[in-house]
Amino acid sequence: MTALAVTGLTKSFGGLRVTNGVNLTVEPGERRLIIGPNGAGKTTLFNLITGELASDAGTVALFGRDITRSACRRRAHLGLARTYQIITLFPRDTILRNVVLALLGLSGLRWNPLVGLDRQRHLATRAGEALARVGLGHIADRPLTETSYGERRRVEIAMAMAQNPKVLLLDEPFAGLSIDERRDVRQLLAAIPRDVTIVMIEHNMDVALDLADRVTLLHFGEVIVEGTRAEVVADPRTREVYLGE
Amino acid sequence: MSGVSAPRVAFGVTLFGLTTVPLWVGNSYYIDVASQILLFAVFALALNVLVGYGGLVSLGHAGLFAVSGYTAGLMLQAGFGHAAADVGAVLMTLLTAAVFAVLALRSTGIGFLMITLALGQILWGIAYRWADLTNGDNGVSISTRPAPFGISLAGASSFYYATLVVFLLAVITMTAFARSPFGASLRGTRDQARRMTALGYNVWMIRFLAFLFSGFWCSIAGLLYIYNKQFISPQVSALQASAEVLLMVISGGTATLMGPIAGAAIVVVMKYVVSAYVVRWSLVLGVIFVAIISFMPEGLVPGSVRIWGFARRRWRARRKPAPGAPP
Repeated sequence: MTALAVTGLTKSFGGLRVTNGVNLTVEPGERRLIIGPNGAGKTTLFNLITGELASDAGTVALFGRDITRSACRRRAHLGLARTYQIITLFPRDTILRNVVLALLGLSGLRWNPLVGLDRQRHLATRAGEALARVGLGHIADRPLTETSYGERRRVEIAMAMAQNPKVLLLDEPFAGLSIDERRDVRQLLAAIPRDVTIVMIEHNMDVALDLADRVTLLHFGEVIVEGTRAEVVADPRTREVYLGE
Repeated sequence: MSGVSAPRVAFGVTLFGLTTVPLWVGNSYYIDVASQILLFAVFALALNVLVGYGGLVSLGHAGLFAVSGYTAGLMLQAGFGHAAADVGAVLMTLLTAAVFAVLALRSTGIGFLMITLALGQILWGIAYRWADLTNGDNGVSISTRPAPFGISLAGASSFYYATLVVFLLAVITMTAFARSPFGASLRGTRDQARRMTALGYNVWMIRFLAFLFSGFWCSIAGLLYIYNKQFISPQVSALQASAEVLLMVISGGTATLMGPIAGAAIVVVMKYVVSAYVVRWSLVLGVIFVAIISFMPEGLVPGSVRIWGFARRRWRARRKPAPGAPP
């Protein structure tokens, strides 16, 4: 059974076809890298897979289950988690509370208006563990406003991982990071166990290439090349898209 | 320093002050003003659920407040008992709040504000123009206050204590709400609605339930109002009343517990006390609001905390120069 199967996915904004009949099949445990120049429709594809945007045509299936019509929030409960290229965190809260909110999203406790959230020690403990895994355990109680950009990228990953997803979508997890920070995040992603399937967008192919099993090249909303790392790098169409030759 | 913290002392003193108001105020007019502060504080706390925690600015809440008062008043006039009228008022307000929410939650921000404004104006129109039902401009009078557990609330002091009990219940409920997972969910939808959806939250339903919770306390405040005045008229539902309670919340400090209470106190004191000495009391109120927004844009309560902290640090720095500093 495939982890994520996208068939004929299409989305237009007005007259612009941002996603044009995209097919994508990701096996369980696979690391898939999606590359493409600016405006290739990479993030739109993610938004269609998570349901934040409604597609015009095509289907999305998660472990054989058709989720094309499922609401975005429902897909989270089915094991789909994502991070954002533009950091989308809760600025008034601490790092820990950010991760607690991620945990709470999948817990029935989120509707409870009576108990104290701070008393739910199991949530805080699990959030602390998730933060420790991304190397932020020591500053868990720091307000988000007092953290660096690189730390926030890792909070994004911690929140997604805390939800224990089956399929993890990472939207440019290296964007805006220094060389040292990139190395840390790469180690972090490499350490994610293989029972999590990962689909990762990167603008620069070389940054994340060594993490990927297979690579998909997207250009003007269409899949141009797909194959193993070596195949995609060697393909003349890749050079054409990236170097304009 | 013993183990008693300053906030605890302040809390104890405030509670003691509140429970003894009728003893040291004496004059029944001013006891009545105190009752009004408390009931408008309940109203402001109700609105704060949406404005402060939900980030949804409503300009139609006076409509909900009025629906409650009118329903109780009209049911009492029609011969129902107090218990039936109170339950009817709460249910009617919840129903109205649900309709408000379904229509207004199609949008957020300015859209939400404009829809709630329009809905509030419709209710005002009903109160003002549908004279067969609401008695129009003449309003609705009721002859008695309820007597829960056989205790008459006819006097100013007894009514004050009843209002205080309801007010304290509202404060306790709001505190629990703000600290609860659901309260955190609501704040999350205020700060990052999109992320909340991707995390598995039903943002619309969270906002809808928050609207009902807000509507419930509006109905309680509306009941306290009509029992306090034993009269209700269309101006209670007017846009100015919605703006006034919104100003209570914003001037006191949104998303805080004490802010809306302080805001209610300022507005009610201006309206009923200062107006006796200053004809243009609304001008004074305006100047106060401008001053608050200029010097404490976050609101009176959080602003005072900030300035107090700043002053204390300065005072300490002056008394104890940093080690190594030149004498």
